[in-house]
Amino acid sequence: MQLRKKIYMVAGYNTISMGSGRKEFNPRKARPGLEEYMIEAGQAALKQIGGAKNVDECVVGNFMAARYNNQGNLAAFFPMIDEGLKYKPATKTEGACASGSLALATGIKTILAETADVVLVIGVEVQNTMKAVYGADVLAGAGWAKERKDGHAHFFPGKFSDRAGKYYEKFGYDYTRQAMATWYKNAIENARLCPTAQEFHNTTADLMSVGMTKPNGRTFVDNLNVFDCSKVSDGASAIVIVSEEGLKKCGLTPKDAVEVIGIGQAINDLTKNPDDYTKLDATAEAVKKALAMAKITKDDLATIELHDCFSMAGILAIEAIGLAPHGKGAQFVIDGHTARNGKMPINTTGGLVGWGHPTGATGVHQAVTIWEQLTGKAGDAQINIPANKPYGLTINMGGDDKTLVSIVYKKN
Amino acid sequence: MNYNERFENVTVLGAAGKMGSGILLLTAMEMYDISMKPENRDKHYILYALDISQKALSGLMTYIQDQLVKQAERKINALRENYKDRKDLAYNSEIIAQYVKDVMAMIRPVTTTESAYESHIIFEAASENPDLKTKIFAQINANSKCEPWFFTNTSSIPISYLNEKANLNGRIIGVHFYNPPAVQKLVEVIKCDQTPDIMGEFVSTYIKNLRKIEVPSYDKAGFIGNGHFMRDALYGMMRMEKLRKDMSFAEAVYIVNKVSQDFLIRPMGIFQLIDYVGIDVCQFIMKVMKPYVTDEDIHSPLLDTMMEIGVKGGQNHDGSQKDGFLKYEKGRIVAIWDLDKKEYVKIEDISEKCDKLIGALPQEHQPWKVVVKHPDKNEVLTKYFSALKRESGMGAKLAVEYHTKSKQIGEKLVSDKVAFTADDVNTVLMTGFFHAYGPINDFI
Repeated sequence: MQLRKKIYMVAGYNTISMGSGRKEFNPRKARPGLEEYMIEAGQAALKQIGGAKNVDECVVGNFMAARYNNQGNLAAFFPMIDEGLKYKPATKTEGACASGSLALATGIKTILAETADVVLVIGVEVQNTMKAVYGADVLAGAGWAKERKDGHAHFFPGKFSDRAGKYYEKFGYDYTRQAMATWYKNAIENARLCPTAQEFHNTTADLMSVGMTKPNGRTFVDNLNVFDCSKVSDGASAIVIVSEEGLKKCGLTPKDAVEVIGIGQAINDLTKNPDDYTKLDATAEAVKKALAMAKITKDDLATIELHDCFSMAGILAIEAIGLAPHGKGAQFVIDGHTARNGKMPINTTGGLVGWGHPTGATGVHQAVTIWEQLTGKAGDAQINIPANKPYGLTINMGGDDKTLVSIVYKKN
Repeated sequence: MNYNERFENVTVLGAAGKMGSGILLLTAMEMYDISMKPENRDKHYILYALDISQKALSGLMTYIQDQLVKQAERKINALRENYKDRKDLAYNSEIIAQYVKDVMAMIRPVTTTESAYESHIIFEAASENPDLKTKIFAQINANSKCEPWFFTNTSSIPISYLNEKANLNGRIIGVHFYNPPAVQKLVEVIKCDQTPDIMGEFVSTYIKNLRKIEVPSYDKAGFIGNGHFMRDALYGMMRMEKLRKDMSFAEAVYIVNKVSQDFLIRPMGIFQLIDYVGIDVCQFIMKVMKPYVTDEDIHSPLLDTMMEIGVKGGQNHDGSQKDGFLKYEKGRIVAIWDLDKKEYVKIEDISEKCDKLIGALPQEHQPWKVVVKHPDKNEVLTKYFSALKRESGMGAKLAVEYHTKSKQIGEKLVSDKVAFTADDVNTVLMTGFFHAYGPINDFI
């Protein structure tokens, strides 16, 4: 399949990823809610496209506001952001932690369907309304509810701990742990360059030794330490998807935009365990589709934003993309290839481990980060985009390799 | 009667108090763990929370529930394992709620001593009054249907005295928790001559199961913890009185408190610690200790004076600090009592003058909260104290003398056979008082 129209993304914006690690975060004090985050991100995007009058349609991606915030019907929040959005069409998408990318996919398809030229997309999640031990119950909704009883107290860390355990068995603990610690180190170092990152204030001197911490199954899960995990985050991201006509309508030029040249979606059976715990096969499928649509290969990519909800997921995604053969994803990380100055800079503002993981916002956050990198707006976190590799890739995963969206972006 | 059987019926005396509520919580959790063992599932476990105040008992039940939720959140992995056969409990929230229900189902809040007559273990956390304690012990012992073991939380009264007065034939042991028991790791254990070894072993198992640290002490009034603290406090007050000749009362308190905190790298200054424990409690402990200590005068006329004018310190039920030598707002010291003026003097009115007198901290200084977690703590402290010795400021000099005195007190506890070893003294100060280092050291 090919895209039958030119599709651009413009006007990206990320709020701070709020949660433990940020100096201003105090769990005992009142904090911004869904409303404040949506307003901040939405207004910032509208400002860049000449206001709400230019918007034809809105999409919001969110995972579990119904439980974290007792709030449903998020699509009807848009007029709160700007009165000009009243009576416009709006949709909410949900696909666990891929909700944000489903919002992007919906926006892209609306443009393709020619029912809109300008789509405002927001991803949002506010998770610090409850302690992590109860949040684990909520996030378990990204898995099969009938599995909850047999699952781990920390349900998703448990899932990826199982995967890590199998990877250790096949390829060795020390080797894998070294890669996971390196993943953590890269994530924090990148986050320190991005003022909105949850780990922006991190001052730990020896990140490697922290990352090497031996997992403790009594207090957490058997095969992961807490540094292998993304954190509990509040935040929103916004971006605007436009057609060529939409771009003009907003008074912008292709230089302000990235072009979307490929999108791949893939799902796996929520009720089934992986055939092979050391592989992310739906991820591989989604990336394959996206690259095929874009008519490029992995070697043409300048940077990737991938879904490292856990360092293990990051390593497995590298293999799913095909950057390294099975079992060699860890070596790829250890060798420094994923670092910001490596041959494939990955998660240049910290990814989910370093920047943060406001679940429903993450897909949009990844798009904003790629947009910033390809348009030279990444500030201190800016990497060099070689002229012969003007492409970026995002991979956003809902559940344990269950709902996948991968998008290819081109610099203009 | 084995460990599990003895826990089938337990009473906590003074359960609604600061110490009692913590001991009740820990014991309830231990009893729950015992009750969950497969071999004990058909048994019935009862924990009487005995207190004289109905109102306080209501507050206690709320406190215990809140604490159980917090504890359950922390040990969710183990609880999921406990309830793995309960198909109806899938979510962490459901499992935590069930745990709280199951533990609460064991606890019976009561106001009459008769309940204790069925108990095999009597945990006593009544106020530090020898007559009151022996009276209750004797009453329960005389009426009990079994031969109960008495675990007393006394922090100062010799166990042999309680044993003799209440006629317990050695069925008593000191199990001295630190405040708050749910948090503090230290438990001082004191046997009297007649206490059977089996009780000591039982208590060791109990403390180990609570993941706490046991330190044995000889049966000497005040034991190790108060043995050090009371003498340390007396020294601090003596130094304050000396300074007072040249300055106001509030200024002298300010200086000694600041030096004993910042210069000695302790979590609190000595006057803040007295307030924390309670001026009334300190006075009482000294009164208990005094007759047993013949070569020192364990008595503070200053504490008597403070009590006479009604400035008592101690804590409110929510754990917040009541005003004593110092006045607190949201846990911060904002003013200091002036005995001459009979009012609190604002910190900012005296701090500049006093800080000038005290002089600067050596450059090598690092705050307590950094040092206490520092991986190379000894090196940091060695450097700091050798720098402190070279300083000529009044604060540094006072700190060196204070440090030396604290060490002497610790060493005397060993030579007087209060503590078994110097390590025990150091462990008590580090785990019971959160000091970054033990008093018996070679830093100076």
